Amino acid sequence: MKKFNQVGKNKIKVDGYSLVTGRPMFVADYNIPNLHWAKILYSPYAHAIIEDIDTVEALNLPGVKTVITYKDVPRIPFTTAGQGAPEPSPYDSFILDKKVRYVGDRVAAVVAQTEEIAQQALELIKVKYKILEPILDPRDSLKKDAPIIHDEKEAHMPLPLEYYPKKNICAHVNTEVGSVDKGFNESDFIFEHEYEIHLAQHTPIETHITTVYFDSYGRMIILTSTQVPFHVRRIVSRALNIPVQKIRVIKPRIGGGFGAKQEVLLEPLVAALALKSGIPVCLKYTRKEEFISSRCRHPQIIKFKTGIKKDGTITAMDMNVIMNAGAYGTHGLTVLTNTGSKILPLVKCNNVRFEGTTVYTNLPVGGAYRGYGATEGYFAFGVQMDEMARKIGVDIIKWYKKIHIKEGETSPLFAKLGEGKEGVEQNITSCGLSKCIDLAAKEIGWYKKYNKKQFGRYRRGVGMTILMQGSAIPEIDMGSAFIKMNEDGSFNLLIGATDLGTGSDTILAQCAAEVLCVPTEKIVVYSSDTDFTPFDVGAYASSTTYLSGQAVIKTAQKVKDQILKVASEMLNENIKNLVIKNEKVIGKKGNLSFNEIAMYSMYTKNQFQIMATDSAIVHKSPPPFSAHFAEVEVDFLTGKVRVIKYVAAVDCGTAINPIFAQGQTEGAVLNGISYALTERYIFNKNGKMLNPNFDYYKIFSTADLPELKTILVPTYEPTGPFGAKSISEIGINGPCPVIANAIYDATGIRLYSTPFTPEKVLQEIKKNNIK
Amino acid sequence: MKIQFVINNQNKEFELKSETEILLDLLRRYGYVSVKEGCREGQCGACIVLVDGKAINSCLYPAFRANNKTVLTLEGLGQENGLDVIQKSFLEAGAVQCGYCTPGMILSTKALLDKNPSPTEDEIKVALEGNLCRCTGYIKILDAVKLAAKRIYKKLKV
Repeated sequence: MKKFNQVGKNKIKVDGYSLVTGRPMFVADYNIPNLHWAKILYSPYAHAIIEDIDTVEALNLPGVKTVITYKDVPRIPFTTAGQGAPEPSPYDSFILDKKVRYVGDRVAAVVAQTEEIAQQALELIKVKYKILEPILDPRDSLKKDAPIIHDEKEAHMPLPLEYYPKKNICAHVNTEVGSVDKGFNESDFIFEHEYEIHLAQHTPIETHITTVYFDSYGRMIILTSTQVPFHVRRIVSRALNIPVQKIRVIKPRIGGGFGAKQEVLLEPLVAALALKSGIPVCLKYTRKEEFISSRCRHPQIIKFKTGIKKDGTITAMDMNVIMNAGAYGTHGLTVLTNTGSKILPLVKCNNVRFEGTTVYTNLPVGGAYRGYGATEGYFAFGVQMDEMARKIGVDIIKWYKKIHIKEGETSPLFAKLGEGKEGVEQNITSCGLSKCIDLAAKEIGWYKKYNKKQFGRYRRGVGMTILMQGSAIPEIDMGSAFIKMNEDGSFNLLIGATDLGTGSDTILAQCAAEVLCVPTEKIVVYSSDTDFTPFDVGAYASSTTYLSGQAVIKTAQKVKDQILKVASEMLNENIKNLVIKNEKVIGKKGNLSFNEIAMYSMYTKNQFQIMATDSAIVHKSPPPFSAHFAEVEVDFLTGKVRVIKYVAAVDCGTAINPIFAQGQTEGAVLNGISYALTERYIFNKNGKMLNPNFDYYKIFSTADLPELKTILVPTYEPTGPFGAKSISEIGINGPCPVIANAIYDATGIRLYSTPFTPEKVLQEIKKNNIK
Repeated sequence: MKIQFVINNQNKEFELKSETEILLDLLRRYGYVSVKEGCREGQCGACIVLVDGKAINSCLYPAFRANNKTVLTLEGLGQENGLDVIQKSFLEAGAVQCGYCTPGMILSTKALLDKNPSPTEDEIKVALEGNLCRCTGYIKILDAVKLAAKRIYKKLKV
């Protein structure tokens, strides 16, 4: 393992002091003069046409500045998916439309002096709807006479991809390597089942919030809680037909995202309101709005079929997915393909087929959510693998270690399944999965607890799964950095990368500091401002450390070369004799401090600013690997499942900041456990969510916390910055299969749908007559 | 309507916007923006402040009830050069990710440790039950509280 000075250390967050002292750092904390407030009128119907809308009375309410409907915004279709251009998501959204497609779709928006007045104004808007038949089950979307949700002529896919809105089909992929038919013929056993994974929400504690105002030059400033500031700029430019040049997007600190803020959700609407009213406007979602009108995890119905030989060799895997996009198709293709591409290459198999169809329904809109399709797919995969191992009688630990992909190996699926285009071929260049499995199995006490017959009211069992994800989107994502040196030997690091609380500003500062041989504290980070920082795709696809980290290293290297050049001039010494160490250049003729070098370069001779910029794209997406194990207890009287202990061993290459890497894992795992057990949307028969609050949409608190243990298994990824891979998403994929398998181990009940609620568990206990 | 209370060790007068104005809105209006809004329904704890040493959800607390009382927000704890031991422990234990729940978490921790300087893990879990965090999985937050308790206990002994 290489030795580092700044990398691999638990550095304090660069924004940490300000956060623990409560400085004004979030969108709502900015004091914008004359700020007005926006509110949205939402559709009470899942599928309807606005026949008539009367805003006169609302406009006449004192304090109201503007009311807008579909009549006041340009009819330009766009996608809210904050992805690279052109986005692999359909252009099926308008700022406001004449048709509403789910309960929570936008009908009109108001700007007023206060939120209270804006709220009153909403009640004065009169709308006449023509109610249409809604589709609430994705299977119904594909029926021949199903109502068409996107019948507007403008809806289209900006890339040559399968898109059939007239059939309610938002995306379709079908790919096969080898021959699954042949593979099933060669198998001794075939396992097949249908798995259902449910809809859920990110629930960042800071809800979506955007403020738009104009600077003294008349340029539009968008201050917003986003993971994708540069995509926000481009998409607002498209939606409102204003030049990119006129827009500046600033992302201050943001209160969590988890993918929800990879959506350009509020910005186009608030920009339209600010343009119309000419005054600064803020729109801040309430918790209820966050539930009913933000984005969700796409629910999926997965048919998964595996052929296997007696010795455990997998001869064929066939996965067929119906994914529910909800009312709009944002991320509808790419979440789907990730369900295949992040899962099926994990185990060796020559014959693999993946087919998926994403359909529109009149339910809340799916989007990017940590795990991004992999969370859904791993439920099917992890449960079926457990079932197979038990049926054919192999030791699952040994079996997984034998069949998982290893260093030097590849899967043809990497090249087949990309994100809007073909994927990228890659060999695995680091893999610590076998070690993850061993360490986590030991920590949970696997062999002492697995498959032990349980009696009585409280029954315990253990379950496990293995996982992989990716690191950035190869040949698509780009990140860049700019570094300049100051008089005192400190450096400004400017990055487009977007820290959404993960600590990426600090991680990137550590990377710069490592190259420049200075303490991390000497790096002043400024990020995510489209006027002042160079481009970066933003925070998604587990990309920032791996991708933006490489841009920072390349940039810092250039700066380092300039420092050496100046030092060589100052010392009159060949550059080859010089080394940089501890904020100094050390030569044979003498030493120079960074302070002296910077002063010379600025004020003395041949003056210039020591600075550089560079960009990085990535050519592969090396997967982080992980093994998850849990022990659960099932209460036979109430059906309640309690996680006793959860262990996640993870290989993220070099952990640039180990305490952050653990934090990413723990946060993702607990979100996953909460999703597996309690989080769910409850709809009435008309598609209205009945539980849009934290009382009835239960996310875990400290009171629910199991013992949770993270084990970092270091490897060295040769293509990564200082050997690093990603870690932010992978942890959320484990809890659904792991807990389902542990419930089986404890009770003999196989659950094929999430979440594992007490009602469901009790029902299964009764149905299977388990005593 | 005017009220007064001690805010972060200073006696101040406040003008209420209406009789029903909640403490969260009043405090933010007067610039105490460390008090965060997460749900306005008393379910997430982002807006927790201390009133007479007790952790309360300021979104459910009518501002007039603070009259003549003592209120503490994060602005009243240590600032950058003299962090409170709890703030320091949160930083060092990696308990801060996005930082949005942090003010409420730190104040709930303060209410706990002021009363019970050496809490058990279960006591910590109960004290922080009303503070939701979606980033950390709470593990590092528990570590931070334990670290702060250890430091306070050491100081008490000396």
